[in-house]
Amino acid sequence: MAQEVYEAIADGILGGGVYALMAAGLTLIFGVLDIINIAQGILVVLGAYLSYVLSVHLHIDLFVGLLITIPVMFGVGVAIQWLFIRPLRGSERTSMTLLACYAVALIIEGILYSAFGANYVSLNAWYTQPNASVRVFGFFIPDIYLFGFGLAVVAALVLYYLLYRTTFGRSVRATMQDAVAARLVGIEVNRVAALTFGIGVAITAVGGMVYGSTSGGFNPNSGYDLISRLLAIIILGGLGSVGGAMLAAIFMTTAEALVDIWQPNWAVAVFYLALVLVLLVRPAGLLGRRAVRAQ
Amino acid sequence: MTRLACLVLVIVAAAVFPLVITNATATDIAVNAMIFVAAASAWNIFSGYSGYLSLGHAVFFGTGVYTVGIAARDWNLAGDKVFALLPLAGLTAAVIAVPLGLIALRVRRHTFVVITIAFFFIAQLTATNLKSTGGSSGLLAPVLNWTASTYNNPFYYAGLLIAAGTVLASFLIRRSRFGLQLRALRDDEDRAAGLGVRAMPVKLTAFTISAFITGLAGGLWFYFLGQAFPQFAFDPLFDLAVALMAFFGGLGTIAGPVLGALILEPAQLYLTLRITNDYLSEILLGVLFLVIILFLPRGVLPTAGEFLTAQRARLKERNRGR
Repeated sequence: MAQEVYEAIADGILGGGVYALMAAGLTLIFGVLDIINIAQGILVVLGAYLSYVLSVHLHIDLFVGLLITIPVMFGVGVAIQWLFIRPLRGSERTSMTLLACYAVALIIEGILYSAFGANYVSLNAWYTQPNASVRVFGFFIPDIYLFGFGLAVVAALVLYYLLYRTTFGRSVRATMQDAVAARLVGIEVNRVAALTFGIGVAITAVGGMVYGSTSGGFNPNSGYDLISRLLAIIILGGLGSVGGAMLAAIFMTTAEALVDIWQPNWAVAVFYLALVLVLLVRPAGLLGRRAVRAQ
Repeated sequence: MTRLACLVLVIVAAAVFPLVITNATATDIAVNAMIFVAAASAWNIFSGYSGYLSLGHAVFFGTGVYTVGIAARDWNLAGDKVFALLPLAGLTAAVIAVPLGLIALRVRRHTFVVITIAFFFIAQLTATNLKSTGGSSGLLAPVLNWTASTYNNPFYYAGLLIAAGTVLASFLIRRSRFGLQLRALRDDEDRAAGLGVRAMPVKLTAFTISAFITGLAGGLWFYFLGQAFPQFAFDPLFDLAVALMAFFGGLGTIAGPVLGALILEPAQLYLTLRITNDYLSEILLGVLFLVIILFLPRGVLPTAGEFLTAQRARLKERNRGR
């Protein structure tokens, strides 16, 4: 029993690393552009399929393949922002951008279905084999969980460096605080928005790779499951708070892994239940500012 | 006067439609169109008027589906009695809407949208996992042994009744003090509250009315289709479809969602019939959505209205010049 609980906690924390990363991208996009990129879930799946194609057809290692998939997804992100998000302005922008992202998600889902069908596939490499695991304190942790978590930590550090140690990061944070003021002091808000969207989507390449090799199989429909979790995470963490999103991700996946021991069918419900409970007490989320801005 | 004549014409045309066109495919599409006229108008009564974008209305649709499904199964109902159950579908949806609304309507904008999506996933998960809902194998509707040639007609008239009632409700609400309060909340909630609009009760009432009608539509849809699976009763595409219809016609207008549903639902069904590739119709739906958002962001009706007004003004100008 205790063994199972420890394993669940370890799984939750290690698995949560990737969700933390994906949620960080989503909440970053929200902070800068004031939109919810509802296509993030399907973009993760797209990232996973890209890794799949590279590893199956070109025999490129999953981690090496990231060198290709990350720039590709960055380009996809910038293109989506430039074509469909940037032109939307005016009072209905909130709903419009959301629906535009939803439409983009539908199109990508349809394309993925046409290209790959509805069959579940998963990413394979030597470190995803069932027997590839490390023994820690008497129980086994699969290699891919460790590698994935390590990758998530590295990506989070890169993200941190980018946001807090570069001029670009400074302009991103300035835009998050006040877009009009940022424009006034000479920041090209449009460029910052496009790049931020690109970075937020580029993260899905990493997320997709790890998701594809740990989830035990994915298909184009997996995007719904992913986005619903990610949305719950960023709301719970407080919209626009990168730290909050990471905290919430680890918390949620651990809670889910724990409930999964007793009630596998209802484990996912923990996500939403936690969300509803937190919002009853703190409408702004765990680490959110009181900035659920006026309509 | 001309408006009234047009309205009478539309009603007469709608009433005789299945008597003139007896083709089963056509009436089939017409029934679906009526269900979506009701659903899109109901969505608009809440989201269009109040500005709170709900992407979780499939919760109420699915609630309607499962209410009549479970009731008919457990009470062994068959035949014509099924229509008597429809109000129950609406009521259950409305009852569920109250606690959901009390939670979700505390937050605004993005957070509200996300909460409604979360509700949607909870509902779908519940329908899949509970024993009483038949789980992933779904529910079967009672068999109706009606004549095949006119099988669709009762559904059509029930749908027409619900749709007409919804449009009437939409019209009455828009003209009422209540509708004005709703639209005040949409424009500036804090200011409206400052001027004495009791925000929560007003929003919640609209939410509940909208849920009631969506539940009715769901119940009818279930009997028409004859079966329900969790992923189709609680369909994310439904959430999107009703929003698309309202946006297409004109958000917050009375005729907009009706027009949107009457154009988009038949178009989509026709495409699905012609193109056997499901995924292509999904892609087309997405593309259509993007085109509307980018080029007709305020919907067909308002844009057309503006165009006509501008034309008229230009004509007047020209006449004056002479």
